[in-house]
Amino acid sequence: MSLGPLYPGLEMGRATRDAYGEALRALGEEHEDIVVLDADLAKSTRSWKFGEKFPDRFLNVGIQEANMVGMAGGLASSGKVPFISSFACFVILKGFDQLRMAVAYPGANVKISGSHGGVSVGEDGVSQQSVEDVALACALPGMVVCVPSDERLTLAAVRAAYRHQGPVYIRTGRAPAPLVYEREPEDFGFGRALRIREGDAVTVIANGMLVGAALVAHERLAAEGVAIRVLDMHTVKPVDIEEIQSAARETGAIVTAEEHLYSGALGAAVAQAVSRTHPVPMEYVSLGDTYAESGTAQDLLVKYGLTADAIVEAVRRVLARREAAAAAL
Amino acid sequence: MSTATATTSASAESLERLRARANTLRRHVIDMLAIAESGHPGGSLSAAEVVTALYFGGFLRHDPRRPDWPDRDRFILSKGHGVPIQYAALAEAGYFPVAELRTLRQVDSRLQGHPVAGTAPGIEASTGSLGQGLSIGLGMAMAAALDGADRRIFVLLGDGECQEGQVWEAALSGGHQRPDNLVAIIDYNKFQLDGAVEDILGLSPLAEKWRAMTWAVREIDGHDMSEVVDGLTWAVDHDGPACLVAHTVKGHGVSFMAGDNHWHGVAPSAEERARAVDELKSNGHGFRGTGEEVWP
Repeated sequence: MSLGPLYPGLEMGRATRDAYGEALRALGEEHEDIVVLDADLAKSTRSWKFGEKFPDRFLNVGIQEANMVGMAGGLASSGKVPFISSFACFVILKGFDQLRMAVAYPGANVKISGSHGGVSVGEDGVSQQSVEDVALACALPGMVVCVPSDERLTLAAVRAAYRHQGPVYIRTGRAPAPLVYEREPEDFGFGRALRIREGDAVTVIANGMLVGAALVAHERLAAEGVAIRVLDMHTVKPVDIEEIQSAARETGAIVTAEEHLYSGALGAAVAQAVSRTHPVPMEYVSLGDTYAESGTAQDLLVKYGLTADAIVEAVRRVLARREAAAAAL
Repeated sequence: MSTATATTSASAESLERLRARANTLRRHVIDMLAIAESGHPGGSLSAAEVVTALYFGGFLRHDPRRPDWPDRDRFILSKGHGVPIQYAALAEAGYFPVAELRTLRQVDSRLQGHPVAGTAPGIEASTGSLGQGLSIGLGMAMAAALDGADRRIFVLLGDGECQEGQVWEAALSGGHQRPDNLVAIIDYNKFQLDGAVEDILGLSPLAEKWRAMTWAVREIDGHDMSEVVDGLTWAVDHDGPACLVAHTVKGHGVSFMAGDNHWHGVAPSAEERARAVDELKSNGHGFRGTGEEVWP
């Protein structure tokens, strides 16, 4: 079932995982040093698209995430550029110690793709819905952590991951995502947020599926005369401190929005940057501190407050706080 | 293809010289742990013959002057706590000055308490969180196959380490992928930190478990240099994944440490160090390599 009703005014694109598989296959044509591993989810992560074209450089290791991550470390130390894929919760959570020892600690040139991020996985339920992965990936020193919002940004992110020397984590989603970009952004770079709507009232800083929701919120609030700035903070680490500082200084209030637990991911990264530069009131749109359940992606996004409506409410809350603070002066 | 002529250190020393080498490496282990006042003597000493044979018996084709030579063979010490014996071998092979062994475990040293890739030259993987080395070795073996290179990958695991699930993921994976250039060696010294392996989580029959994973397995006396050399020769020549189960004694070579699990992770005192070194000096093997002038 299409998530289209959640994103009025936006065209629906494909899932970011689809773009991942496609980008990988295209990169494989250009670069012989790319090796792709999957842990028996290649059909779902879309890494099969690479495997079909380059069977010699593709290995389905079986249901062994820890072994897969360790192998990637060995491949990287031998000059290969391994891209490894699984569901986000499996590759990051089951492979975490291996990501620490064989990837992050040596700074290995390993690219990790976690698909099925967030609650929009839907009916399969909590065991498949990754909601901790971004926080965990961000905890690893030197890891670039990217949560692209649509298929076009994903293409750019996968290419950038190959160019980047060092470990990169890209989180993709299962559900078709609304199109944020008309074409692949030319100025894409890790750590450089994309300012996709101008505004001076509040800045909404989002990534993944919540960027589309932020665009819808922008339209809705604009109709009320509230102009919000929207940043696609596709890279949670390193976060774009300059853009956050500008947002805080120029708009005076910030809302973050992400399909992840409240702790340790985009909201936390932005709050750290804000507190170090230009402290302003902040509100957070996230899953909070809970797990979701089975249901359609749409029902879950609505029930757990990961929609344009939730962003609009958060914008109102943060505006009210700012006004109250101003009145108290 | 890599060639064995790339380095003189790939040439094989005689059994007698290898025994003297192992004796020297043991002496370094005792001295460096005593100076560091911490570390793991038991599992370092049990691996002495295997590590010596790898570096000085012609099995590891490497070049200490070019630690990043792409076609070098790889040695991964998956049981990372045994790294003093590897540091001793690397120093004697010429990767860094033997005197640098004195810096083990101290701040700003390249000789970290467990192996760290990219610090001391010659260390290929960061280990110390047990269970991970064989997976890394599988990745290196796959890379070598993709490159059409005959690089050999040796991974030394602890027996206690074989209680980790990841080891069996890698064993299953190796049995399926069947790399020709991968050798797993188990330092089967029968003890782990808290006590006897068979009491805590038994591995017996260990060789049968690896055979069930479709690896070719040989059991050897891990302190008999002749058996170690023969075993490694067999493993290197074998097509498909090979596993050497090296029966060893924790703390072997120092009488008061041998078989006493107290010495899993306790450094010798100054007095114990002196006794141990005296013993190694007088055990008839002699020393081959840097003498005691490096040790204060």
